[in-house]
Amino acid sequence: MSLRSPLGTARGLGSAKSGTHHWWMQRLSAIALVPLSLWFVASLAGHVAAADHAAVVAWIGTPWVSIILVLFLASLFYHSQLGVQVVIEDYVHGEASKLVSLVLMKFAHLLLATAGIFAVLKIAFSQ
Amino acid sequence: MAMDTRGRPLSPHLQVYRPQLTSVLSILHRGTGVVLSLGTLGLVCWLLAAASGPQALASVQAFYGSWLGQLVLLGWSYALFYHLCNGIRHLFWDAGRALDIDEVYRSGWLMLGASVALTLCVWLIALI
Repeated sequence: MSLRSPLGTARGLGSAKSGTHHWWMQRLSAIALVPLSLWFVASLAGHVAAADHAAVVAWIGTPWVSIILVLFLASLFYHSQLGVQVVIEDYVHGEASKLVSLVLMKFAHLLLATAGIFAVLKIAFSQ
Repeated sequence: MAMDTRGRPLSPHLQVYRPQLTSVLSILHRGTGVVLSLGTLGLVCWLLAAASGPQALASVQAFYGSWLGQLVLLGWSYALFYHLCNGIRHLFWDAGRALDIDEVYRSGWLMLGASVALTLCVWLIALI
């Protein structure tokens, strides 16, 4: 049973707003990123980084690799923007600057995530 | 941080408090996080180059193969393993485990060792 009043709910849940959600999503994306980033770095070091274009593209385009790569990128950019959000909130003072910084940062993350996922899918569908 | 926009004075803190393993590892966790975030640019560049064609990929790989590129990759990979290992340490704390000061110090040194070891492992794999 929630102790939150209807007005509190409408106004956005108290001083930390959706803080609990942020905290949990940060942990969830972190847990996902442990195996995903280990896999990614190991693959890169093992055979991908030094490979020629055909081999790189064949690897990225392998169906299960494409799928995991997309998940890796999504988790990575999600986790990153949650973290950088906290950094901006801590060090950027003044409501206007803070808001502008946060919005630009989140849009930049969205742009990079879209570009990365697009690249993976482009390769995957051309294989 | 003396960035108070209202102009009120702040007590000295960073200037007077002696750095401890706890505080140093903590700010480095934030620092490596920011470095990793910036590094995603390099990752996306590589992916887009691969999606564009052999010449694009070759130029990007030429950069990463250069001494500057290798240095950047070394820094980024260490930041990754530091942030990953310390992140796991954080997850233990979130579960309420290992919060005593001696455990924190021990896990801190363990984490530093693990991050260095993992970085070395990966680079050895890459160079063979």
